[in-house]
Amino acid sequence: MLVLFFLSSGLFLGWSLGANDAANIFGTGVGTKMVKFRTAAIVASIFVILGAVISGAGTTHTLGKLGAVDMIAGAFMVALSAAVTVMAMTRYSLPVSTSQAIVGAIIGWNLFVGRPTDINSLYKIALTWVMSPILAAGISILLFFAMRTMLNHWKLHLLRLDAYTRVGLIVVGAFGAYSLGANNIANVMGVFVPVAPFDPITVLGITFSGTQQLFLLGGIAIAVGIGTFSKRVMLTVGDGVVKLTPQTALVVVLAQAMVLFLFASRGLESWLLAHQLPTIPLVPVSSSQVVIGSVIGLGMLRGGSGIKFRLLGRIAIGWVATPVLAALIAFVSLFFLQNVFNQQVSKPIAGTAGTSRQVTAPNYAGIPIIKE
Amino acid sequence: MIFGKTKQLELKMDQFLDKISEGGIIFKQGIKCYLNNECSEFDRYLDTIRRLEHEADELRKNIEISLYTQTLIPESRGDVLSLLESCDDAIDRATDTLVEFGVENPFIPEEFHDGFRSLAKSAVKAQEEMVLAMRAFMRDPMGVRNYLHKVNHWEEESDLIAYNLKHAIFQNSELSLSQKIHLRYFTLHVDLLADKAQDVADRLAIYTIKRSM
Repeated sequence: MLVLFFLSSGLFLGWSLGANDAANIFGTGVGTKMVKFRTAAIVASIFVILGAVISGAGTTHTLGKLGAVDMIAGAFMVALSAAVTVMAMTRYSLPVSTSQAIVGAIIGWNLFVGRPTDINSLYKIALTWVMSPILAAGISILLFFAMRTMLNHWKLHLLRLDAYTRVGLIVVGAFGAYSLGANNIANVMGVFVPVAPFDPITVLGITFSGTQQLFLLGGIAIAVGIGTFSKRVMLTVGDGVVKLTPQTALVVVLAQAMVLFLFASRGLESWLLAHQLPTIPLVPVSSSQVVIGSVIGLGMLRGGSGIKFRLLGRIAIGWVATPVLAALIAFVSLFFLQNVFNQQVSKPIAGTAGTSRQVTAPNYAGIPIIKE
Repeated sequence: MIFGKTKQLELKMDQFLDKISEGGIIFKQGIKCYLNNECSEFDRYLDTIRRLEHEADELRKNIEISLYTQTLIPESRGDVLSLLESCDDAIDRATDTLVEFGVENPFIPEEFHDGFRSLAKSAVKAQEEMVLAMRAFMRDPMGVRNYLHKVNHWEEESDLIAYNLKHAIFQNSELSLSQKIHLRYFTLHVDLLADKAQDVADRLAIYTIKRSM
């Protein structure tokens, strides 16, 4: 029961992710009534869980390198801090990403317990945040040209095009949901992996590791978010924040799915390694920012007149503000959890075993002084 | 079949446009017969165009219901329905005009026969190009422009013929004023066919921009 309580912050993050980010995949389809919400919710739920359980490990590994939270109470507070940051930023209508919040919260934990933050990993993650919308813009431009060429060649009847687009939105949506689960499950459950309290179980001859069970729980939380709260978000997205035709929506969702998949696929990483090609870092990225990148890519094709540069500026601010705020909240809340609620938030560092560690205040360099 | 219903509806839309196109041809033939005083032929054409108008009406209603009940083409449903209604107006106008010829039996002096023939030919030409533009809108939006300028051309041509015809009618000293007004009324109504085609073309120009990716 206590385990479930500690996991609740991650599950809440999962719910919030499902409620908000499913709209990036099926928003236009549902908003324009091309896809029924029930169909969208079922497809998204199934594939988000599959993506999380089958391919979720890659991005989780990267987050683990940034900072491996080694006590479940610490993991609980890291996830909660990320969730609070997302809620606070959303409350003030600032562009926010769960990926950036969780990274900030992990850094907050590192600072609090005095663990070093792997600068290489941090650099890789930050670079990915900037690169993912740019990559999405590039991919969506290529897909747009490919689709336009095909449509001009095929000369489909308006009704046939409508029917194919509906099927396409569901198929591409399934791929998008799979990629979302694979890429973003690290945000939801990644911090709990080093402290996963589950033993491997075998069902129908397939063994599920503790991590996969954790991802299954996270995936279910995302699915619950999709089922309970995403309809309203989908209708808002489809109703005018960004007006897309069903065909351009297909391009945007496919570009998003591809980018999320590229940053989550271990198979692709192995293939690139085997062919001695540079690999793509496996990092959780913001699906919303990837979508915005795709839409901007399409906007650039029309001369760029519809591009909202103010929104781009706000996203760039979010890249810095979200992790900083999450780190601050994590730092302060870990302090309370440890000192007020007497919960151990990290294992003692080797050589200090058996000693109690009390963090009092950060020193001038912002690194907490650890008293033994 | 997953796309069976879609295929059926596509067929209905094509049939609807066939009716509009056929209506134009029948109208032209009807006018020709009227001017040649071929009464039985004229009556046959009148019956045919009435039947076509009724069938086009039924098809339009059927398509309309299917588009709404199956929530098809939600993005362009309104545009397509308004286009279909405008096309339906075109065949309605042709039918009404031919019926008026049958009912009012206007006296058209020999010297204006060529003018009326040319006017009907030009107006029907505008309507035929409109139907081609509609077909292109359904399958090849990039190709719509190829027909729109032709609709414009034939509409302008019709206006010019109608103007010259009316001018000639009112210059005629042998006709009474009531006869002149009667002939002007029929000139206007034949010319309206081209105006209807132009109306559809104008809508198509906008909807094509909306449809383009």
